[in-house]
Amino acid sequence: MSDPAPAAPAGPALRAAGLSHSYGDLPVLRSIDLELPAGGTLAVLGPNGAGKSTLLRIVSTLLRPTAGSIALYGHELPREAWKLRGRIGFLGHQPLLYRDLGARENLDFHGKLFGLDGAGAERADELLDRVGLAHRAATRVDEMSAGMVKRLAVCRALLHEPDLLVLDEPLANLDPAGAEVVAPLLGPAPGRTRVIVTHDVEAALEQADRVLGLHRDGSVAFEIAAAEVDPATAREIYSERAGAVR
Amino acid sequence: MSGRAPSTGKVVRAVLGKDLRVELRTLQSVPAMALFATTIFVLFRFGLDRTRLDGGLAAGVLLVTILFAALLAINRIFVAEREQGGFEAIRLAPADGTALFFAKAAALLVYLIVLELFALPVFWLFFLADASGLVPMLPVLLLLDVALAVTGALIAPMATNSRARDLIGPLILLPLIVPAMIAAAGAGRHLLAAGGPSYEQYGTWLAVLGLYDLVFLLIGWAAFDFLIED
Repeated sequence: MSDPAPAAPAGPALRAAGLSHSYGDLPVLRSIDLELPAGGTLAVLGPNGAGKSTLLRIVSTLLRPTAGSIALYGHELPREAWKLRGRIGFLGHQPLLYRDLGARENLDFHGKLFGLDGAGAERADELLDRVGLAHRAATRVDEMSAGMVKRLAVCRALLHEPDLLVLDEPLANLDPAGAEVVAPLLGPAPGRTRVIVTHDVEAALEQADRVLGLHRDGSVAFEIAAAEVDPATAREIYSERAGAVR
Repeated sequence: MSGRAPSTGKVVRAVLGKDLRVELRTLQSVPAMALFATTIFVLFRFGLDRTRLDGGLAAGVLLVTILFAALLAINRIFVAEREQGGFEAIRLAPADGTALFFAKAAALLVYLIVLELFALPVFWLFFLADASGLVPMLPVLLLLDVALAVTGALIAPMATNSRARDLIGPLILLPLIVPAMIAAAGAGRHLLAAGGPSYEQYGTWLAVLGLYDLVFLLIGWAAFDFLIED
């Protein structure tokens, strides 16, 4: 993509040690260790309930880990989360868009939250054009299809040109044409670090530098360079029986 | 492109503008509050079997009606933030989280003022022989509105995070608002007295209301960031 990206800071973009999270008595992430260099891409694989979305919420500073440590660009979370605000673009299952506002109104609102003034308006127009929503700029979100909402959510996540993109199944709800439009926008870019959750093993191995595989109980199955992963082995974590305890 | 952290004032204006735009577009809160207030006045008129009220009873009917109408808006004021990701959006942005508190309090204040523009004439028509007491009631109502808006904006995120949202909000808010209601009723019973308003302890009650508003503004400013944590 042609978007200029800010220079990446030195050192790992993401470093976690013994990272764990529980919802009450239910552990969903168990002792994750990982390190991702700035500008790299981490793909997170695992069956439903393995804690992938929880991991992304922790990486996005939206959730506090219950044990272990995590640092982004050298800033410890959650203590220094405020230093990272504005550097993370989060695309999760929820679009973070107001249903009663139009597409452009939503982007204008997010631009104001990120301190983007005139440049934010230009960027919003550019992104709406690139995802094919320029003619729908005034359409309210509750009048859009799921695919259109997803494309608008991509615009929202990219509006402030974040250093770290955190993507939870970024191509879900998109038809092939929509995915073709959106994928390059979310792809590698100078200085951009990405953490991606996907169930598409081949696509994950193709675009990732490192791959984290999670068992259904939230423990680490593997955390290795993408080039070392055998797709068949990676797929085995999806065949674990639901509810099985290792 | 990541811009500079926006000032608190800019974020307050952005959130308030968004909320007022959505309210104008959907009419979800203020019309319901106005209809609710009218219904309560009708119920009091027939329940008390009185066409004229004065003193403490008049003040009580007016203030309790405004309080319950405010609860409708307070219960809804953070629903979009919880259900549509507004809390996350604020926490991802380099924006001061307390701006959300001030914006929501300001939105509630606007809703209450618009409600009273409608409800006060109805109250006068239903219950008062003359409107002379309503004019000095305006500062009292404004300070009570600030109290309701500030405590509402402080309590509503906690209630919104709960499954029993409709129950938790009033259960926490009503005891908290008692001092402000006592002060407003204390001023109101003299202002709405039969034979015209008297200004006994008027300044004292206004000062109590002002102090209440200030205390809860400071509490909200200090504590709100923690309330919107996951």
